Amino acid sequence: MFELLGIPPQVLMGQLLIGLINGSFYAVLSLGLAVIFGLLNIINFTHGAQYMMGAFVAWMLLNYVGIGYWPALILAPVVVGAIGIALERVMISRLYKLDHLYGLLLTFGLALIIQGLFRNYYGVSGLPYAIPPALQGGQNLGFMFLPNYRGWVIVASVIVCFGTWFMIEKTRLGAYLRAATENPELVGAFGINVPRMITLTYGFGVGLAAFAGVLAAPIYSVNPNMGADLIIVVFAVVVIGGMGSIMGAILTGFGLGIIEGLTRVFYPEGSAVVIFVIMAIVLMIKPEGLFGNTA
Amino acid sequence: MSDTQTPKAALPAMTHTVGMPRHQKIIFILLLAVLIALPFMVYPVFAMKVLCFALFACAFNLLLGFGGLLSFGHAAYFGMASYVCAHAAKVWGLTPELAILLGTATAAVLGLVIGSLAIRRQGIYFAMVTLAFAQMVYFFALQAQFTGGEDGIQSVPRRDLFGMFPMRDDLTFYFVVLAITFGGILFIYRITHSPFGQVLKSIRENEPRAISLGYHVNRYKLMVFVLSATFAGLAGATKAQVFHLASLTDVHWTMSGEVVLMTLLGGMGTVLGPIVGAVVVVTMQNYLAYLGAWVTVIQGCIFVVGVLLFREGIIGVLSRILKRPL
Amino acid sequence: MIKRMALMTVAASALAAAPALATDVKLGVLNDQSGVYADLSGQGSVVAARMAVEDFDAAGKGINVEIISADHQNKPDIASNIARQWYDQDGVDVILDVPTSSTALAVADVTAEFEKIFINSGAATSDLTRANCQPTTIHWTYDTASLANGTGKAVTEAGGDTWFFLTADYAFGHALERDTTAVVEANGGQVLGSVAHPFPGTDFSSFLLQAQASGAKVIGLANAGADTVNSIKQAAEFGIVQAGQKLAGLLLFINNVHSLGTQTAQGLQMTTAFYWDMNDDTRAFSERFKEEVGAVPSMVQAGVYAGTLHYLKAVEAVGENDPAAIVAKMKEMETDDPLFGKGYIRKDGRVIHDMYLMEVKTPDESTGEWDLLKLVSTISGEDAFLPMEDGGCAFALAD
Repeated sequence: MFELLGIPPQVLMGQLLIGLINGSFYAVLSLGLAVIFGLLNIINFTHGAQYMMGAFVAWMLLNYVGIGYWPALILAPVVVGAIGIALERVMISRLYKLDHLYGLLLTFGLALIIQGLFRNYYGVSGLPYAIPPALQGGQNLGFMFLPNYRGWVIVASVIVCFGTWFMIEKTRLGAYLRAATENPELVGAFGINVPRMITLTYGFGVGLAAFAGVLAAPIYSVNPNMGADLIIVVFAVVVIGGMGSIMGAILTGFGLGIIEGLTRVFYPEGSAVVIFVIMAIVLMIKPEGLFGNTA
Repeated sequence: MSDTQTPKAALPAMTHTVGMPRHQKIIFILLLAVLIALPFMVYPVFAMKVLCFALFACAFNLLLGFGGLLSFGHAAYFGMASYVCAHAAKVWGLTPELAILLGTATAAVLGLVIGSLAIRRQGIYFAMVTLAFAQMVYFFALQAQFTGGEDGIQSVPRRDLFGMFPMRDDLTFYFVVLAITFGGILFIYRITHSPFGQVLKSIRENEPRAISLGYHVNRYKLMVFVLSATFAGLAGATKAQVFHLASLTDVHWTMSGEVVLMTLLGGMGTVLGPIVGAVVVVTMQNYLAYLGAWVTVIQGCIFVVGVLLFREGIIGVLSRILKRPL
Repeated sequence: MIKRMALMTVAASALAAAPALATDVKLGVLNDQSGVYADLSGQGSVVAARMAVEDFDAAGKGINVEIISADHQNKPDIASNIARQWYDQDGVDVILDVPTSSTALAVADVTAEFEKIFINSGAATSDLTRANCQPTTIHWTYDTASLANGTGKAVTEAGGDTWFFLTADYAFGHALERDTTAVVEANGGQVLGSVAHPFPGTDFSSFLLQAQASGAKVIGLANAGADTVNSIKQAAEFGIVQAGQKLAGLLLFINNVHSLGTQTAQGLQMTTAFYWDMNDDTRAFSERFKEEVGAVPSMVQAGVYAGTLHYLKAVEAVGENDPAAIVAKMKEMETDDPLFGKGYIRKDGRVIHDMYLMEVKTPDESTGEWDLLKLVSTISGEDAFLPMEDGGCAFALAD
């Protein structure tokens, strides 16, 4: 039985699997961010708060309306996506003609407002949300005990990510969207309602964040701060993957989750900073990101 | 930042490279008068906090408003200088002016290192590089022994200035801080209203053209980056002596966000803007602290309203109304 | 004893008879009102302080008490500045509560600088009465040493002789790990290893897996608040307890147990200085407290009540607002209140009272929302806290 740097392979496999689970969250979140940036050129700093809202809506659905996890997986993204659309229509759309900076500052301000409001009403302690009965328990994989729910997280994330990628890269709707980003006037001349497409795309990106939030609710406590520190990590993932690349965001999300997991084994204190080190290195060598194209 | 919303009124001021326009001289004198009277009207420690952050915001504005470079990691220079100054005063027994000098020098070196790597990239990528390095600095501050991790460096003594003048009294020290920060702000003004500042402006407005005119654009960018980091460090080091403390809050990315808020609120690219922005934000945090999390909400609202309606910031709007550069 | 009582009665009646000589004191409750410790301190502590003033009948005894409060957001710089402003500008005489070890250390130093009084109830670090002790600091409720002596000792003696620590990577976590390691080893146990997680953390699965791989019988959670709650929840998810390892939550508050629920937390052992259901006195207080705050008091909030009460007794005895004399009086007088029972304050500021080793009830045993713990054993104050001679507090050991 060989040992890699003093760690037995079973432990390593377990950590890799855990890293993959975390990577799922990074992937879904950075996918939403990449969709919004790649197609709309908005740096959506509110993404972390929208992730948090997704978790909260799931909690509210359960505690105020009695709607459980499975419907919440669809409902929460729809609700939060609708809020996102409202934000886009009212505020964000006014900034399209300006520098990226203003979109960033606006969404940063929105994130502060949303987080502050939730903090006021719900405190910071974290609200409990139970794992749905169908997914409780786990499988003994030999090298580790994998909770069913965590396995589900990986499966759900892969499905959603692949589905989104397919839709954007391979369908006609996706083609319209990509065309509209490159040349809105021309596409508009073809009779396609470009502003509406942009709005719906933003809503979709936000919905992805909320979906990640619902996935997170049962395993990370539902609290107003859950998005705050996550957002800069997700940004780093998107930058590393390439800001406009959908596949880049997905692969980098999973990949970085695994790298973070490995760091937790060999140098646990550094697990919070390893992503930034990688980002700095990537930006130095290939600034468009690993999968990005020079704009 | 090629299509930035700079107030048109800012342009005339830039043509004055000899001496300060009269109205700005008056403003500065008035400001000085107010600042001298300030500690007798409010709690001196609060006044000193305002001064330090005003300098920090001015330093940041140097980079953003005049250089056109958005840095997401300015807290790194502010905070590291604060730590080094605190350590120098507490453990090495240095007097305030030496400790502050040492802190500022640290920030300058850090600015040189990070800046030389960051300026290789443009726009949002530049910003992300600065963020990445700021996070690494935060991590360093968290792990290193001398910074004290979560505790920070506490009970930092305020020794006698130049070894001769006792500084324990907050009121006395206020005037030292005033000299430092006001001097710093004037120096920044001098930098921006000079041939160097002119070149910076041209780089900000149209970099390819500046290059075609033969300017070593990267050198100018690096220079302004280092200057900005240095003055941010001066603010941070001074703050460590004011509060007898250096902590992780000073290197956290939310501190970087706050200085952006101050500059945006006050008015990017204006002279007085950052000062006004700092005053508003610090005052708000202090007097509205009893509102708890509502302060975050209010700050967020200011960001939103500021970006949507008052992109020029308070001073920018004022400047436009008065048709004079402020 | 009787003489002291007589003096106090005379003083009390003298004060009552001459209202013109009333003493004014201002108390500042400085704690976390919006963050991770808001439940166990927060507004509840302000209520506790107020209840102490009312129960003592301060007004009737000629002591005018004003209570203010502020949120330090668990940041030492904010705490330090508020403390400084309170002492310098706002005429505050005593600062109460202050959870979060780093903020407590900052406030202790500022209090010493201004020669006021600091009655800490919320912070864990034993350094408040050791390396960072100050003549003006009184450390009520609990500290890392007593937690280690409670849970650490009990679990080791019960057969948990190999440990692995999951530690919050900051001063408090390391202090707790250090103190518990000492106790485990002193009782014949062995520490197989430890892993430090970033503070605050969200996902502990990776660290828990490492703990599992170590094969230690006990996984010591050297963290607090949300970190502990999440560690326990995720350990349950990964079947760690089912697989045979025991979890030792080294710092748990009643509010954490409440959010975990008995289903997840059953069997967990914890050391506490106060539990609402201990006796009639604690029950009476807790009912009143619960009506106002909506939850039973945590040991931190109980400590604020007891500390305020003892302070007011000392003020009454001294007769005027003289901080040094009041602190001396507090250390001279025995502590006696309905919540902590009898105890005393040591020269280094450490309050000595009984600590309780408790266990979380199973869902079947629990009959109400807050009926969560059962008493395993009582640890006397002398046994729980570190002896003063071993503490290294300079001024206390000086003579």
